[in-house]
Amino acid sequence: MRVSRRAIIAGLGAAGLAPVLAPALVHAEQFAGTYDPKAEEVADGIWMVRGADEPIAFSNGGAIANSVIIATDDGAVVVDPGPSLSYGRAIRALAERVTGKPVVRVYVTHLHPDHSFGAGAFDARSVHALPATRHDLERDGEGFSDALFRVLADWMKGTTVVMPQGDVTAGEVVIGGRKLRLFALDGHSSGDLAILDEATGTLIGGDLVFHDRAPATPHANLDGWLTALDRLDGVPHDLVIPGHGPLDSGNAAIAQTRDWLTWIQGMLNDAVLSGKDMSEAGATPIPERFADIKVARYELQRSVSHFYPGLEAKLLPMVGN
Amino acid sequence: MRIANNILPAAATLVMALAASPALGGELPADPLGSPMWEYHAEKLFTGGPVVFDSRVKVILPVVAEDQHVVPVTVDARKLDGVKRIVVFADLNPIPVAIDYRPMDAAPFVATRIKLDQRTPVRAAVQLADGSWHVAGEWIDAAGGGCSAPPLSRVRGDWADHLGELRGAAWSEGDTTRLRFGFRHPMDTGLVENIPAYNIETVRVMDADGREVASMDVYGSVAEDPAFTLVVDRDGPMEVAARDTSGLEFAGELAPMSGKKQTAKP
Ligand SMILES: [Zn+2]
Repeated sequence: MRVSRRAIIAGLGAAGLAPVLAPALVHAEQFAGTYDPKAEEVADGIWMVRGADEPIAFSNGGAIANSVIIATDDGAVVVDPGPSLSYGRAIRALAERVTGKPVVRVYVTHLHPDHSFGAGAFDARSVHALPATRHDLERDGEGFSDALFRVLADWMKGTTVVMPQGDVTAGEVVIGGRKLRLFALDGHSSGDLAILDEATGTLIGGDLVFHDRAPATPHANLDGWLTALDRLDGVPHDLVIPGHGPLDSGNAAIAQTRDWLTWIQGMLNDAVLSGKDMSEAGATPIPERFADIKVARYELQRSVSHFYPGLEAKLLPMVGN
Repeated sequence: MRIANNILPAAATLVMALAASPALGGELPADPLGSPMWEYHAEKLFTGGPVVFDSRVKVILPVVAEDQHVVPVTVDARKLDGVKRIVVFADLNPIPVAIDYRPMDAAPFVATRIKLDQRTPVRAAVQLADGSWHVAGEWIDAAGGGCSAPPLSRVRGDWADHLGELRGAAWSEGDTTRLRFGFRHPMDTGLVENIPAYNIETVRVMDADGREVASMDVYGSVAEDPAFTLVVDRDGPMEVAARDTSGLEFAGELAPMSGKKQTAKP
């Protein structure tokens, strides 16, 4: 079987890995910039590091996902080390600077490379994820790697696929006196880790929660995702750090993600049942209430690509031969 | 993809060298997309009339080729009268032409999904009754492997279990009827080791009296499980029939889609 890495390149993008229109070859001659991630303390001992609310592109070095730094007595915990080795190194240095301690543990919330590919900057034994995430990375890691090198070129220098320990289970862990509650969910992908910092009520949603940035669906199961959102909604919390988009202190992001996914689901159903083709579905007007959501058209068209052929196979009637 | 990279540019050079001979109905216009393969394809495809780039031909492509195995292409030439043929092709694909559509009693509108092997122009060439060709298109990026990777059903090994299954329906739009239908078929390109070319090669639409209202030649660069949208100038049930390269025929009648909503969730 020759399913080459190339074969899965465009489709497996995380929050935006589909190739951009600029020819990739040009990038090879450009000098990649230097990552300069900034940490904003959003709760006592918790820093959010913002990604760009954009698709993965050479211009942003792939740094589109949010990362989180948590201080503990034993050292720092990093959630989602970013898209590349050098980003991982920058996050590591940042974590050491703001906490004054070394990084003792890294969590990768799910397989997508904008979240997972910085793992090589850390001791592999300290990098942890759900078993499903490790399994998915074993399957897709090389394909992601080809795709990211194609788009990000020099930014990716030295980046290899580092497998996290696939040993995270749901429940409470205490690191350096800090109590974290881990949730083993799925729906955005087949393994989505969410983390609650008990002391501050900060919920780290991973890509189960997007905020003012359209949700990406390349490995999504929408029903499963909606179930996971219900679950997170039931967890008492004061703040949500989404996988993409700004901090949510007004309890809006979970509802907004649910609203978008429900709309996408209904819109795709209606499009199939009214005989529209994929191009027409991709041109569906975006409701006014989503006007401020970044990259909405882009993610809408990606979702059409992810779901349309399968939905047609389910919804269009079989005709006897 | 190696094929396209290594052989086609060489062929293009050769053709361009020969292209001094005046083309068909006149000079070829310069390609606004700057494709290295424009003249090569134009010489082969555009027999019988002059060629113009025409913005009345709409080629609708997604912002990005999210999955280069399944890239939706819609061509809408309803602003032109007397359309005889619509040829959809991708300059840099190893199998450039995807479909050659003849809307006899149908609107000059067609949508399908194609495979792309690399960044390439995707174009529609529309021929009118006077023989003239009206061309439009755009570049679209694709990472590669669309034509030289095996189809999913081959990887899963279940392609034969569902071969030729037809799904689809008809939607009345006043005097015209929209047809949306698709066949299960691997659409093997012949560019994957040990898998010979095997694809649906014709699709025809007949009205209730058995009169052909539209027909299409289909090539291996159309996506696996090929799907089509057509708009025919008729009301009532329509029969669609496809034949593949091994001579198998798949056919069925597309019934009007009723108002009742089914639900299935992605
Ligand atoms: Zn993701």
